[in-house]
Amino acid sequence: MSIIKVDSLCKNFGSLEAVKDLSFDVNEGQIFGFLGQNGSGKSTTIRMLLSLIHPTSGHIEIFGQDITAQRNQIAKKMGAIIERPDLYPYLTAKEHLQLFAKLSQKKISASQIEHTLQQVGLSNRALDKAQTFSLGMKQRLGIAIALVHQPELVILDEPTNGLDPQGIADIRHLIKDLAQKEGKTVLVSSHLLTEIEQMAHQILIIHQGKKIALGPTATLLDPSKSLMKLSTNNDVLAKEKISQSEFAPYVLDREEGIYLSIPTEKIAALHQYIVTAELPIVSLEAKRSLEDYFLQITSQSN
Amino acid sequence: MWSIIQIELYKIYKRPRTYIAFGAIAALIWVIQMGLKIDGEAYAAFLMKDINNTLIVDGKVLNGYLICYILLQLLLVHVPLLVALIAADMLSGEANLGTLRLLFTTPYSRTQWVLAKFIAASIYTILLLIWLAALALFLSMYIFGTDDLFLMKSNYVVLIESQDVFWRYVGAFVFASFSLLTVTALGFLMSSLANNSIGPIVATISAIVFFTILSTLNIPLFNVVKPYLFTTHMNNWKEFFDIQVTENNEAITGSILNIQKIKTSLLVLSIHIVLFVGASVVIMKKKDVLS
Repeated sequence: MSIIKVDSLCKNFGSLEAVKDLSFDVNEGQIFGFLGQNGSGKSTTIRMLLSLIHPTSGHIEIFGQDITAQRNQIAKKMGAIIERPDLYPYLTAKEHLQLFAKLSQKKISASQIEHTLQQVGLSNRALDKAQTFSLGMKQRLGIAIALVHQPELVILDEPTNGLDPQGIADIRHLIKDLAQKEGKTVLVSSHLLTEIEQMAHQILIIHQGKKIALGPTATLLDPSKSLMKLSTNNDVLAKEKISQSEFAPYVLDREEGIYLSIPTEKIAALHQYIVTAELPIVSLEAKRSLEDYFLQITSQSN
Repeated sequence: MWSIIQIELYKIYKRPRTYIAFGAIAALIWVIQMGLKIDGEAYAAFLMKDINNTLIVDGKVLNGYLICYILLQLLLVHVPLLVALIAADMLSGEANLGTLRLLFTTPYSRTQWVLAKFIAASIYTILLLIWLAALALFLSMYIFGTDDLFLMKSNYVVLIESQDVFWRYVGAFVFASFSLLTVTALGFLMSSLANNSIGPIVATISAIVFFTILSTLNIPLFNVVKPYLFTTHMNNWKEFFDIQVTENNEAITGSILNIQKIKTSLLVLSIHIVLFVGASVVIMKKKDVLS
């Protein structure tokens, strides 16, 4: 069942076409990754989904209801964080959640508020004012605000902004749990492509306001090729040897590490070559790179 | 709707800026009251110096009622500037913080939000006025006592009997609430046009100063628009202190000289409030929230 249905959506700011004829569906219980470079129209689209920006043309349905006619009904079942975590500096984390719980028009218990603070790892700072928070903590509180009223649909625009690696991993697990354990539908945009790759069932890529790719994460990547990462004790020696072998055309130009983008049927031969050539190998990993795919198709689009 | 008004009031209550106006009013009134308490007789003598030869004034001229009148004359010009600090920040301050988009994603319409915010700002304005009344009227009555109110106008004097004064202050404060709510609505309109806090506050204050100058200047060109400017009517609370007299020049207790002027002013101010708030609703409904 489609939770979000976007049809021929356009938004113009004067002569600038920020979003052009965008259509996509987000299914129930899915994590939907939304990718695009800065200024590609991601946030404009998300703001239109949240009724913050009026579309120039096109149609949006959420939970099967027209967003312009039924906005208030839809909003009860949605939670969102939009770009930056913007908070009231003079309110505490707990006061923020109490305030937005009240605004949700649902009965939210004190224990639910505690649970939400715990979910985002802020229970020990519940009584501190937002003005004392780091960017990462503000981001966590922003996510807590989006979740406090137990929405069915969660829209997260760049939720990992400002978070440290541990924080990013925590939020990734949280988003996965929201979909897998709680059955929520999550639309998440991020510039961290590897994060999206690890979470999303479905990915939409837009560029200069236009959809350039949409599909399940697995099939978006080129199935005929695999990205292999070779870790060695001596990269200089290993690179030199490989560059003289039959695998030389597949070596990617990367500053760090040795990456090869090779046809899948040649992986076995690569293994054999590494052994016979006695490369000082530590590990050989298969990498499916959304980043490569993303850069490839956006540059094609340019 | 009531719950979002409560939330807006809660936010006003939690904001440190809220208390600046209350503090400023208290400090000003305290300074003036202390000055008059210490050196009031000299001040009263200065006021009366032109009429001492023609009139014998019996009783206590410098009483709580006169002090309140002096305070209102001084303060009701400046209180709008303090009101603008909060009212002109209600929408643009949220846009500046980025929290406006959080509010606009809740299950309340933009019209509800704008009206709730205006009602909350209006409650703040009324509370500020009650604070002003408590300090300027009741505290002055307590410190200086009460007696007949003796006012010197530009070319005549008014003497209002003690028991005929209090209700006039009630009327004056109710009238002043309309004046200040007009400023609140103007600040609100400016706030709907901007995404930062300072711009609308400065714009509101500038608009008040600009229109006050137009209202005061006696130039025929401006006389055409003067009756329609809110600033022309904001100070008409003073009309409550002009009384009718009999043929023998005796004051008629409970009378107001020009009640029609008060009614007209209240009507003009009310129209301005409705227009300013209505325009704010329309602007905010159409606005793309980009902040």
